Amino acid sequence: MSLRALVGIGLLSMIVAVSGATATTPPEPATAHVQPPVDYPSMLFVLVLSTFVGLGVILRVSRLLHTPLMSLTNAISAIAVIGSIIVTGSDYPPKIRLLGAIALFASMTNIVSGFLITDRMLKMFKQTRSRGEG
Amino acid sequence: MDAVVQLIYLAAAVLFVLSLYWMNHPRSARRGVGAGVIAMVLAIGATWAHPLIIHHGWIVLAIIAGFVVGVPLSRVPLTAVPQRTAFSHAFGGLAAGLVGTAKYFQWASEGPDHLTPFRTAVLVVEVILGYLTFSGSLMAAGKLQEIKWIPQRPVLYRGQNVTNIGLLVIAVAIGIALVLAPTAPWARIAFPAMIVLALLFGVLLIIPIGGADMPTVISMLNSYAGLSAVAMGFVLENKLLITAGALDGSSGLILSIIMCRAMNRSFTNVLFGGFGKVQAAKAGGEEQVYKSETVEGAAQVLEQASLVVIVPGYGMAVAQAQHRARELYDQLTKRGIAVKFAIHPVAGRMPGHMNVLLAEADIPYADLVEMDEINSDMPRCDVALVIGANDVVNPAARHDKSTPIYGMPIIDADKAKTVFAIKRSKSPGFAGIDNELYFRDNTFMLFGDAKAVVGELVKQFSGAGAHG
Repeated sequence: MSLRALVGIGLLSMIVAVSGATATTPPEPATAHVQPPVDYPSMLFVLVLSTFVGLGVILRVSRLLHTPLMSLTNAISAIAVIGSIIVTGSDYPPKIRLLGAIALFASMTNIVSGFLITDRMLKMFKQTRSRGEG
Repeated sequence: MDAVVQLIYLAAAVLFVLSLYWMNHPRSARRGVGAGVIAMVLAIGATWAHPLIIHHGWIVLAIIAGFVVGVPLSRVPLTAVPQRTAFSHAFGGLAAGLVGTAKYFQWASEGPDHLTPFRTAVLVVEVILGYLTFSGSLMAAGKLQEIKWIPQRPVLYRGQNVTNIGLLVIAVAIGIALVLAPTAPWARIAFPAMIVLALLFGVLLIIPIGGADMPTVISMLNSYAGLSAVAMGFVLENKLLITAGALDGSSGLILSIIMCRAMNRSFTNVLFGGFGKVQAAKAGGEEQVYKSETVEGAAQVLEQASLVVIVPGYGMAVAQAQHRARELYDQLTKRGIAVKFAIHPVAGRMPGHMNVLLAEADIPYADLVEMDEINSDMPRCDVALVIGANDVVNPAARHDKSTPIYGMPIIDADKAKTVFAIKRSKSPGFAGIDNELYFRDNTFMLFGDAKAVVGELVKQFSGAGAHG
């Protein structure tokens, strides 16, 4: 019950936050001289609510699965891949883009190995063998 | 275009939440992985397709390199999963640190007015957290992998905490100076100096931590890796980064708390306490004697039991005895004896590690029981078989204030009618703490290598079966 409420609130707030952000973001990419106002309050909003959603969801994770959970969250936090792609692919000086490429390599490694090893471990968890004995 | 990207990010965020939600049961957990993969592909696709992304060569190269390294890393033996996990925390921290560094220098040279105080502040947080997670996790991975030049035992020296905190304070002070004057002439030197300090702090933070505390430390570094992704989200104004980072951060936080509770220690105590310096064993004194039992005798007792609880510790995994334990489980359940595995939260080297090791040996998860649940059953347990576990079954934790494990919740193996403990040799344990359990009236020792002893036990049963 409380978890569903939490998830619901979290998702709703994300929708509100995203729609707010998309409404205020100007269609043109910002140039160096004209800066769009940055919507920090809504980012804080997202942070606080997703932390609560995270706590609610993680507390329900079976203790059996804490190791796969950690490798899964490893892969998920490799969402840093987004930032790496932006830095690597934008029109920046090569030195800066090189840093991005290394970061992209590191994130990609985490994504690939994180998801693969999580699945590999989860496959091993079986409810019963030929017949369970209580 | 921007709205579409934001909506795709939103879908990815929802999938990430669902992915973790489905981890609440082994039945649905693999669906969670699928959701995570879809979310990640969506996020990468939406970012890559953005018109501001104009260079593609290095992106392709880095992604290929990621696969080349990532696939073998996912095939490590399960005993090495803690190292792999620590290693990937390191990579997570490195990515955050590098992106932060790149953004700082790009803004500093191309658009100094982008470096507003708030943005610089989150940049500083991202960079410090990222690099200290990087070097700290590498140290942790090295300790777990038992690399020669990284000391396994806690390294302690006078003024350690002052040194460590001092380093962090200096790094933060530089950070504050950067916030106040992000484009000052000295900033281009101060920024790398801050990075070096953060790297150094990460190493020094992990050096005093011993093997027993690794589960807590890994969880904590997990949290840091998440938080550095959150900070990156603030720097790049990206809500998906903030959401996913916060999910990771809260996961690490919860696991750290569970680990600390399981050892009855506080967070600060783990980080700044220096485990193992408290006690130098109350050596000598009264000479206590073990009662040992033969494998044949033990097998007879086991055969008469109706409930057997096996208490595994990391020693079991070191001896590679889990497959033998599975065979014993098979033999006993075939005779109608209920067999449960009692899992202490800190059994193994990271949260939940023992469950994975036993699942790999093909033991159904219904018979892997948590400490809190099994303890109420222990008084009606006929035989407790301790394989490679020590501290987590030591009754001294309940009453002996002089042991470092005092107050730690334990599995009540001593309450079983008979206890068999498998131990490699008669010498006192490596940690120098004698285990009270071994000297109880109802405890009998089975001396020998865990794998060999359990194998012998199995032979007793399978042999008896063959002769009818």
